[in-house]
Amino acid sequence: MTRQLTFSQAVNEAMAISMREDQDVILLGEDVAGGAAVDHLQNEEAWGGVMGVTKGLVQEFGRDRIIDTPISEAGYVGAAVTAAATGMRPIAELMFNDFIGSCLDEVMNQGAKLRYMFGGKAKVPLTIRTMHGAGFRAAAQHSQSLYSFFTHIPGIKVVIPSTPYDAKGLLLQSIFDDDLVVFFEDKTLYTMKGDVPEGSYRIPFGKADIKRSGEDVTIVAIGKMVHTAIKAADELSKNGIEAEIVDPRTLSPLDEDTILSSVEKTGRLVVVDEANPRCSAATDIAALVADKGFDYLDAPVKMVTAPHTPVPFSPSLEDIYLPTPDKIVKAVQQMTGSELVM
Amino acid sequence: MSQTQTNQAAVSKEEATWMFQKMLEIRHFEDRVHEIFGTGVLPGFVHLYAGEEAIAVGLCSHLDDNDYITSTHRGHGHCIAKGCDLDGMMAEIYGRSTGLCKGKGGSMHIADIEKGMLGANGIVGGGFPLAVGAGLTHKLKKTGGVAVCFFGDGANNHGTFHEGINMAAIWDLPVIFVAENNGFGEATPFHYASSCKSIADRAISYDIPGERVDGKDVIAVREAAQRAVERARNGEGPTLIECVTYRNYGHFEGDAQTYKGEEKVKHLSDLDAIKKFYTYLTEQGIMTEEELDRMDEEVRGAVDRAVEFAEKSPHPLPEQLLEDVYVSYKTEGGAVS
Repeated sequence: MTRQLTFSQAVNEAMAISMREDQDVILLGEDVAGGAAVDHLQNEEAWGGVMGVTKGLVQEFGRDRIIDTPISEAGYVGAAVTAAATGMRPIAELMFNDFIGSCLDEVMNQGAKLRYMFGGKAKVPLTIRTMHGAGFRAAAQHSQSLYSFFTHIPGIKVVIPSTPYDAKGLLLQSIFDDDLVVFFEDKTLYTMKGDVPEGSYRIPFGKADIKRSGEDVTIVAIGKMVHTAIKAADELSKNGIEAEIVDPRTLSPLDEDTILSSVEKTGRLVVVDEANPRCSAATDIAALVADKGFDYLDAPVKMVTAPHTPVPFSPSLEDIYLPTPDKIVKAVQQMTGSELVM
Repeated sequence: MSQTQTNQAAVSKEEATWMFQKMLEIRHFEDRVHEIFGTGVLPGFVHLYAGEEAIAVGLCSHLDDNDYITSTHRGHGHCIAKGCDLDGMMAEIYGRSTGLCKGKGGSMHIADIEKGMLGANGIVGGGFPLAVGAGLTHKLKKTGGVAVCFFGDGANNHGTFHEGINMAAIWDLPVIFVAENNGFGEATPFHYASSCKSIADRAISYDIPGERVDGKDVIAVREAAQRAVERARNGEGPTLIECVTYRNYGHFEGDAQTYKGEEKVKHLSDLDAIKKFYTYLTEQGIMTEEELDRMDEEVRGAVDRAVEFAEKSPHPLPEQLLEDVYVSYKTEGGAVS
C-alpha cells in the first residue's frame, strides 16, 4: 500500500526495514540516538539525529545497534570500514558531507581501496549516509554538495535521490549492496512529501529515472535540482518547449544509456547541478555527451550550476548562488534561439 | 621498562619452536628482499621489518585465525607472524598474479583476511580506526576474538591515534594497540616528534593500561601481550603496549640512514632479538643449538623457494586491471566485478 511520507520518514523507514531483515545492520554516528549513557534515557533517544531522521530507531533496536559515537569522524567512519569487511553491514552517518575533511582518508584510501588492494578478497558493505545541499542558511561549512568528490574515486558508489520514493528504494539497495556506497540526502528535501509504498523494495543502481518526458531539450538534473528543473519545464511548456528531465539517481555507476538516448531524441542538453562547476558531475555528464553523443547535438551543451565560490551565508546571496528555474529557462532559450520562440 | 621474568615455564618447547621459526622467517625473508631490491628487480617501495621480529611474533603467539591484526607500511613481519604464506607474500612483492593480492597490492598492502590479516597499510596512522572496527565486530558478534593494531612511533602523533584508542576505550573493545618504537619516524627521532617520554604514558589519557617493554625480548613482549589479550578477551577493554626496538634497515630501501649513530652496531649484534632468544632457549635448555641451527637452515630454504616461486610466477593479465574494484558495478559496457 502506498501512502505519503516525507523524505526523512522514507529514509528512516528504509533503515528500520533493513535492521529488521538483517541483524548485521547497525547504525553509527554522532547523536543518531543522542543521550548515550544518560541514566534516565536508556533506550530512549535524546535527538534521533541532528535533523531527527533516525528518530525511533534506538527504541526499536537498542543502543547495541544504534550507536552514538564521539565526535570522531575518522574514528567511527574508519571503524565502519573494517566492521563491514569483517562481517557487519554498517550504516555510518556523516552528519554533514562537509565533514568528509575529517575522515577522507578512511573513505578514500581505506574503504574504497580495500577490495582492489587485496585482489578481490575483501568486500566493504558499508553505507555512508550524509547530508548535503545549500538553501538552509547554513553557510560555507555545512552546505556543500560534494558528490563529485566521491564519484571520482573508484571503489565507491554514489547515490543521490530526489524523492521520498527513490530515497527509500535506493537506501535499501545501498544497505544491502556489497560495496561502499555514499548516500546523499539533501537537507532541504527532508520535509518533502511523496508517495512511498509500504514494505521493502529496492531500486537498482545505474538506472536513471525520467522524471518528465519531452521532445525538445534534455535536462539532466541532480538531487533536488530535479524539482527546480520541473518548475523550469513547466514554464518552458507554456511557450511550447517540452523538456525531458533525466534524474541519474546514481552518479557512480552512471546510466549513460538513458542520458544519451534522451539527447539523441531531443538534440539538446542542459545539466543542472547545485555543486560548484569545476571538475563536477555536471562537467562529467557534459563530457560524456560531447564524447559519445556529439552527433546528436543541435546546440552546445549548457550547464546551470553554482558559481565557483563557497556557499554564502546571507540569504540574499545564497538565493542567487543556487540554480533557479529562471536560470534554467534562460539557458534553454539561449540554446533554442530563434527555432523555438519564447 | 619491565624486566623479563625468565623461568622455564615462560614458553613450552612447542611454543618456542613456533616463535623461533617465525622470527627466522621474518629475518631471512627481509634480508632476502633487501638483497633482491639491491639488484633493481623489485618494483615500488619496500620497508623492512628486520630487527623488530620479537614484537610481531610475541603478540601473534597468542592469536589464531579468528583474531584480526592491522599493520603498517612495514608490514611483512606482521604478515608472517599472522600466518601468511611466504610464497604468496614474495610473489606479491614481485607484483605477480600468484601474490596474496594477485599483485595488485604490493609490499605496502599485503593482506589475507582468511588469516585475520587486515592488510599492511600505506597510510601512517591508518590502522587505528580499522582495528577499532574489527574489535567492534568481535564485540557485537560475541566471537571472543581480539584485534591488534601495530603502529610505529611515527603514528603516535597522528589524530587517528587519539580517535581510535579513545573509541576502543569508551566501548571496552577487545583491541590491543602495539607501538613499535624504533626511535625514528622516517628520518625524524622520536624524542623530537613526540611530546612524551614514552608512548605507553599516553594510555593514562584514555584510562587504560599502558606498558613499556623491551621490544627486542620476545618473552617480555609475549608476557605483556598475554596480559593485554586476556583483558581484551574478558571484555575489559583495550591496552596500549609500547615495544622499544630498532630497525636494522632504513625507513625504506634506499635510505642512506645518516640519522643513525653508533648504537646501530650494538643493535645488529648483542641486542639482536633473534640472538637474544637463541641464547635464552639454549641456556634454559628448552632447545638445543643443533635444533635451532637446523631450523635456521630450513627457513633459509623456504625463503629461497619463495623467491623461486615468485620469479617463476606469471605477471597479471591486462584484464585484471579492471577487476576487483567493486563486487558488482553496472556500466554501459556491462558488469565489472
